[in-house]
Amino acid sequence: MPSNTRPTQAHYVAPLEETPLVAIDSVTTEGKPSNLWRDAWRDVRKRPMFWISSALILLIVIVALFPDLFTQVPPNNDCQLSNSNGAPTTGHPLGFTRQGCDIYSRIIHGTSTSLAVGLIVTFLVAVLGIIFGALAGFYGGWVDGLLSRLGDIFFSIPYILAAVVIMSVFSQYANVWVISLAIGIFAWPATARVLRAEVFRVRNADFVMAATALGVSRFRILVRHVLPNSIAPVIVITTISLASAIVAEATLSFLGVGLPPSTMSWGNDISQAQVTLSTAPQVLILPSIALSVTVLSFIMLGEVARDALDPKARAQR
Amino acid sequence: MAGYIVRRVLQAIPVLLGTTFLIYFMVFAMPGDPVVALFGDKTPPPQVLEAVREQYHLDQPFIVQYLLFLGGIFRGDFGTSFSGQPVSEILATTFPVTLRLALMAIFIEMVFGITIGLISGLRKGGIFDASFLVVSLILISLPVFVVAFVAQYVFAIQLGWFRTTAGPGAPIQDLILPAIVLATISFAQIVRLTRASVIETDTQDFVRTAASKGLSRRRIVPVHILRNSLIPVVTYLAVDFGTLMVGATVTEGIFNVPGVGRTLYQAIIRNEAATVVSFVTVMVLIYLFVNLLVDLLYAVLDPRIRYAK
Repeated sequence: MPSNTRPTQAHYVAPLEETPLVAIDSVTTEGKPSNLWRDAWRDVRKRPMFWISSALILLIVIVALFPDLFTQVPPNNDCQLSNSNGAPTTGHPLGFTRQGCDIYSRIIHGTSTSLAVGLIVTFLVAVLGIIFGALAGFYGGWVDGLLSRLGDIFFSIPYILAAVVIMSVFSQYANVWVISLAIGIFAWPATARVLRAEVFRVRNADFVMAATALGVSRFRILVRHVLPNSIAPVIVITTISLASAIVAEATLSFLGVGLPPSTMSWGNDISQAQVTLSTAPQVLILPSIALSVTVLSFIMLGEVARDALDPKARAQR
Repeated sequence: MAGYIVRRVLQAIPVLLGTTFLIYFMVFAMPGDPVVALFGDKTPPPQVLEAVREQYHLDQPFIVQYLLFLGGIFRGDFGTSFSGQPVSEILATTFPVTLRLALMAIFIEMVFGITIGLISGLRKGGIFDASFLVVSLILISLPVFVVAFVAQYVFAIQLGWFRTTAGPGAPIQDLILPAIVLATISFAQIVRLTRASVIETDTQDFVRTAASKGLSRRRIVPVHILRNSLIPVVTYLAVDFGTLMVGATVTEGIFNVPGVGRTLYQAIIRNEAATVVSFVTVMVLIYLFVNLLVDLLYAVLDPRIRYAK
């Protein structure tokens, strides 16, 4: 920092950067040209948070697909009331629930429920959000007006409240698909808004004009040229929506309008353990930890993706 | 200014119609007798059944039913609870409690969130900033009921600093713990938003101008940086009001705070769908109103919005 600036100004004087001619000459023009995705990957590779969250997510996926690799104890059948809220014993590392079921086994077997809801909701949100956002942003005019107002309406009902209404009315049909539908059908407008803004920006780019000049059809321009260049923020927001969907399912199950008690779900287990919070807090805390770690993994991955794909976020790091 | 207000209020009307229609549609487009379905496996007293039938005007065609339902809402008739008490009467006693709780939570999250966000933003990349980034990620990942139970166990049951559940009349000291729990939901987001906003504002031309005309950092930070960084934070509070209401439902249920949220919570737990629909409708209306209010507030604060076409 130059010493002739006044103390309060020191912060604002940019250092003088002059690129030496040698450095300009040494820039090679051969090699693969870089793009957003290659840049992002190079950036992401260096971050420990990426590897930690990926490893956790990989573990969660393996647990969800092959629960029997991790526990031989059946989560539901072997429950004995004499073990109610019991301390850990050999073969039951985390102790027992109020009904005397093995906590460890229930946590392992509950993983697939949370993950399934997360994935189905995310798929739904991505499909609806991309269709609505892309059409509204690309065609503009009355299409935009109609689709955006429709999005506003869905956006104005907080999606957990909407899911509460749907699930209390359809309580007898509750299963993983119904609950995912109830969450996803009101959660898409945020994604649509993000994509709409991005498509709006990209549709005036030079390469779109070039494609138009070459006689490419409007729809083909949208699918081949505009969408691939505006999808990055959608990837960030869908990663985070996966985490929100898992929380939403747990909240609904906790409120008693989620999955039926027979379905293995962390939300159900937490809900049932609240009665004995003062005497056996571990029965409530252990599935809560599993839930929070799963959510944290996806939040961290979304965070890494945001930093890599959004230049503004990168500058603020 | 007047033009902007009129335009914004007019824009709110289709959304209001759309949301109420959507709620109505979700419930009454289903097969079978919706009134019976609303009560699930329970048999309500005949007069309640009759009151619900009357409220939803089931002998009329669908669209007329909806319009009559909407008319009821505008007259402040939100239906009848399972016990036969009008929802508007329940609201009159529970709403002040929820309002107090929500204001306390918003106050806590604003004061701490903005302070920490400002410090993080001004010392970007420092040890304080880095550690809070980790803390905020963890806080965002914790569902509100987990935070509520852990807080209840540690601070009420183990340490005995607060009462486990709120006493009758919900005095302020019983609302402190629920308000802190409610505040944790958005706290981390406010920190990150303030931080990002402060970093961006700090590089703006007007901040440089302020510095070059010799203003001290002590004056630039609150007057030039902080004030201009708060706009996205206020927007976020309005958009996030839905999360706050869901959070209040869970928190009031767990801490037994006698507010709107607990009434909804109990209706959900007891599977009383008619009451659930009434209260969700009320919450959506409040949400719409708050967002409209914040938008109008902007026009007062930021002239660019007022004159934008």
